[in-house]
Amino acid sequence: MLLTIVDYGVGNLRSISKSLEKANSESNLNYSIKISSDMTDIKKSDKLVLPGQGSFKACKEGINNIDGLHNELNESVLNKKKPIFGICAGMQLFASIGHEETKTEGLNWISGEVVKLKMSSEDLKIPHMGWNEIKIKNTSPVFKNLTNNDHVYFIHSYEFTPKDKSVISLTTDYGKNIVAAVSFRNIFGAQFHPEKSQRTGIGILSNFLKI
Amino acid sequence: MLKNRIIPCLDVSKGRVVKGINFLELKDAGDPVEQAAFYDQSGADEICFLDITASHENRETIIEIVKRTAEKCFVPLTVGGGIKNIQNIRDLLLAGADKVSINTAAVNDINFIQEASKKFGTQCMVIAVDAKKVSENKWEIFTHGGRNNTGINAVDFAKQAEDYGAGEILLTSMDKDGTKSGYDIDLLKKVTTNVKIPVIASGGVGNLDHFYDGITLGGASAVLAASIFHYGEYSIKEAKEYLNSKKVPVRL
Repeated sequence: MLLTIVDYGVGNLRSISKSLEKANSESNLNYSIKISSDMTDIKKSDKLVLPGQGSFKACKEGINNIDGLHNELNESVLNKKKPIFGICAGMQLFASIGHEETKTEGLNWISGEVVKLKMSSEDLKIPHMGWNEIKIKNTSPVFKNLTNNDHVYFIHSYEFTPKDKSVISLTTDYGKNIVAAVSFRNIFGAQFHPEKSQRTGIGILSNFLKI
Repeated sequence: MLKNRIIPCLDVSKGRVVKGINFLELKDAGDPVEQAAFYDQSGADEICFLDITASHENRETIIEIVKRTAEKCFVPLTVGGGIKNIQNIRDLLLAGADKVSINTAAVNDINFIQEASKKFGTQCMVIAVDAKKVSENKWEIFTHGGRNNTGINAVDFAKQAEDYGAGEILLTSMDKDGTKSGYDIDLLKKVTTNVKIPVIASGGVGNLDHFYDGITLGGASAVLAASIFHYGEYSIKEAKEYLNSKKVPVRL
C-alpha cells in the first residue's frame, strides 16, 4: 500500500511523514509513506495526505504550479474516491473560496469559505496557536476513538466555514466554536496538526491509515 | 480553551547540549535528541533548540539533530541560531523542524521576515527579540549575545515584526537571563499589549511563581525556560500542576 504526502513546496513534510510512519508501525500496517510531487506516485497511491503551510493563495498557487497536479487530485479524490487527509491549510484548500491575501478559488470539494478569524475579545491572540481542546460533533471513520477535551495543536489565523454543517466532525473553542476537523465521503481534514499532537494525533493518523 | 504553553529550551553547541542535566532516565544526557524525546514524554508543549555556536560547519550538525529528533518528537519543534537566508529555513523545515526562530537576520533586515513568511507562512516564523533596558520604560535590541547594541527600540521592533509577518515573538530579557529572579514583567507587558501575536517569555526563571507572573502579569502566551528544567529543579509536570492549581489554563 502506498501513501503519498503531496509535496507542492510547502510544509513540515518530514514531520508529517515521521508521524505517519509511527502510526503505520503501531497499527501493524504495511504502508510505504512517500513524499512526492510526481504524478506517477500520486496515480499509484492508495491514499493521499495534503499538507499546507502559508497562505491559502500561496498554497493554491503551489498546486497550480505543478503541471497536472490539480487535475490528478480531482481525478484521485472525486472519481477514484481515494481517501485524502488535509492538514491545516491543506484542509482549508478543500473549500470553494479562500480570502487570505486575495479571493482565491480552492479545490471546491467541500462547499464553503475560508475567512479570517475575528475575535470578539481583545485578549485573544491571532494566530490561534497552541494546544486546545476538541469537541466531538459527529462520528467519522477518521475522527473516532477520541474524547471530548482531548488536546491537539493548532496554528492558524483563518478558519474554514463549510456551508453544510454536517461535514463538521470536531470543533474547538477559541472565543467561539471553530471548525477543527471535517469529514465528507472520502475527504478528511484537520485544522490542527495531528503530526504535532502526540498520542491523539498519532491515533487520528492511524484511523486514517486503517480505513 | 487554549492552554498556556511551557517550552523547555535546549542550548546546543557542536551537536551537544551545553547546559547539562543529570536525568537518570537518559543514557546520554548530552544528546539533544535524547533530551528532546524526554521532554516530549514529560509533557512539554513544544521544544526549542538553540544552536548557540551557529557557525557555518555547524549547520550540517544541527540539521542532523533535527532529523533524528523528528523521529522521536511529536510536539512542535522550533529551531533557532544562525539562520541567515531562505535556504537555511527550508533545510530546517525539510529536516523536521516545525518553526524557526530568527534573530540577527531579522534585526539586520526587517524585509527578511516578510520574504520568509510569504514563502513558508507566518505560522513557522518566530522572531527572537533580545532586549536590554537602557532607561526607565525603554528597552533596546542587543545582538551577539548582548555585546552589540543596535539602538533599535525593542517594543517598536516587535510591532514591526508583526506587521512584516512574524507569527510569534520570543522575547528574552538580557538583563534577567541567567539571574533566576523572574521575567522582566514590565518589558513583557509592554510587548504583549502592543502586538496581537502570541509572545513567549524568556530569561530569568528561577521558580514556578515566575511562570505564573509571566503569564498572568506579563500576558505571555507561552513561557520558556532552560536551566530550571535541565538541572532537575522542577519537572514540567510540577510546573503545570502548580499553574493549574492557581487557575492558569495548561495542558495536563
